[in-house]
Amino acid sequence: MILSLLGSWTRRRRVSERLPAAPTPIAAAVTLRHSLQLRHVDAGSCNGCEMEIASVFSPVYDAERIGARLVASPRHADALLVTGPVTHNMASPLERTYLAMPEPRLVIALGDCARDCGVFAGAYAVAGAVADVVPVDLEIPGCPPHPDDILAALRRFTDR
Amino acid sequence: MNLASLLTGATQLALVVLGGPLLLGLMRTVRSRLEGRDGPPVSQPWRDIAKLAHKQRTRPNESSWIFPAAPLVLVATAATVAVLAPLATLTPPLSASTDFIAVIFVLLVGSVSLALAALDTGTAFGGMGASRALTIGALVEPALLVAVLALSLPLHSTNLIAIVAEGSAHASVLVGPSHLLALGSFVVVILAESGRLPVDNPSTHLELTMIYEALILEYSGPDLALVTLGESMRLAIWFGLFVNLVAPWGIATHAGALAILLGVLAVALKVALAGVAVALFEVTTAKLRLFRLPELLAGGFILALLGVVTGAVMR
Repeated sequence: MILSLLGSWTRRRRVSERLPAAPTPIAAAVTLRHSLQLRHVDAGSCNGCEMEIASVFSPVYDAERIGARLVASPRHADALLVTGPVTHNMASPLERTYLAMPEPRLVIALGDCARDCGVFAGAYAVAGAVADVVPVDLEIPGCPPHPDDILAALRRFTDR
Repeated sequence: MNLASLLTGATQLALVVLGGPLLLGLMRTVRSRLEGRDGPPVSQPWRDIAKLAHKQRTRPNESSWIFPAAPLVLVATAATVAVLAPLATLTPPLSASTDFIAVIFVLLVGSVSLALAALDTGTAFGGMGASRALTIGALVEPALLVAVLALSLPLHSTNLIAIVAEGSAHASVLVGPSHLLALGSFVVVILAESGRLPVDNPSTHLELTMIYEALILEYSGPDLALVTLGESMRLAIWFGLFVNLVAPWGIATHAGALAILLGVLAVALKVALAGVAVALFEVTTAKLRLFRLPELLAGGFILALLGVVTGAVMR
């Protein structure tokens, strides 16, 4: 009762928008049990995608309500959220972060740069796309992707 | 120790194991709502634990047996206290010898084992977290022990059950200045021991500001599930002890089934209220700088000391 009172009091000040119907979950969603811990790795991003990730976890999009959370350690993570083209300097840290994760482990390539190097394709510092270094399970297109698209992609993991 | 007291102990253990993660989830949900978000459902910590239990267990290179043992010690010590402490009932097993100081030190074994495991990982953040956690622990213990002394003055006994029973029988004890000052110190101690704001931000992912989170950075899978469960059990136990020292109403005074059911409901409600109150406090406060923490904890110590002095003077 206290919760519902508190809920009705705070709902008026709520800024997050209602969620549309959940998209089709991916096959691995069964093992995640509606809970998704993400470890974010910036492999050479321009920080445009990082601003959108910050938006996704802000009150407006509120990814925590679907069971997703950013964590501080790859040991705690279910999925690696990689942004940017993989630079030569970040290729080995990215791979080591991936290997530090407990299995089953997933990789999300977020943004056009992570998918195919985007505008940085062929640049001298770029080693390749994320898929050239670690196996990618899901790609989120966009430069940068809209927070709505990121949220929709994460909902395919948490099935909520 | 007879069958009835064993059953009450098992009931309390089940309450703490099931309720601990829910308390954590409740506090996160309340915080989210106050921030204008929907937040995760209250059952989210249980979903996390269920998922983690089925994941791979990883171990840092060159770690010893301490690393895998620490989560077990954490849960085992919390479970021991959950069985013995007066949470839902005044008739748990071994009630004649449940010493308050012993309860505190059993809980302390859990936190020290986690700090040792963090050192055992050999990582920079583990060592930093262990150093910070034990520094805070060393400042918390004196305040806690002096607060126990203040609470034990009226009875000349540090038996935890007797202290709660006295408050339950004579409400005048609960509003005594010595009791209130000791509980004021308890508030500071509980916030520090359970890693809540303003001592530590439980939802941070910035490694440099972490205290308790830094201890568990290397745990994964079932080990992390145990750590999450153990820490939420400890949170529930601290809150349960506190609410029963503030307002022991509803606690079962004999081993009847109905009385214990009422006791369980009463303590669950009171702990939930305490959780909501702490969540309200947390959204309105900022984390203290690490070097300001000794001032806060010294304040807690002074409150407890004043409790002892007033208790001794007013006798």
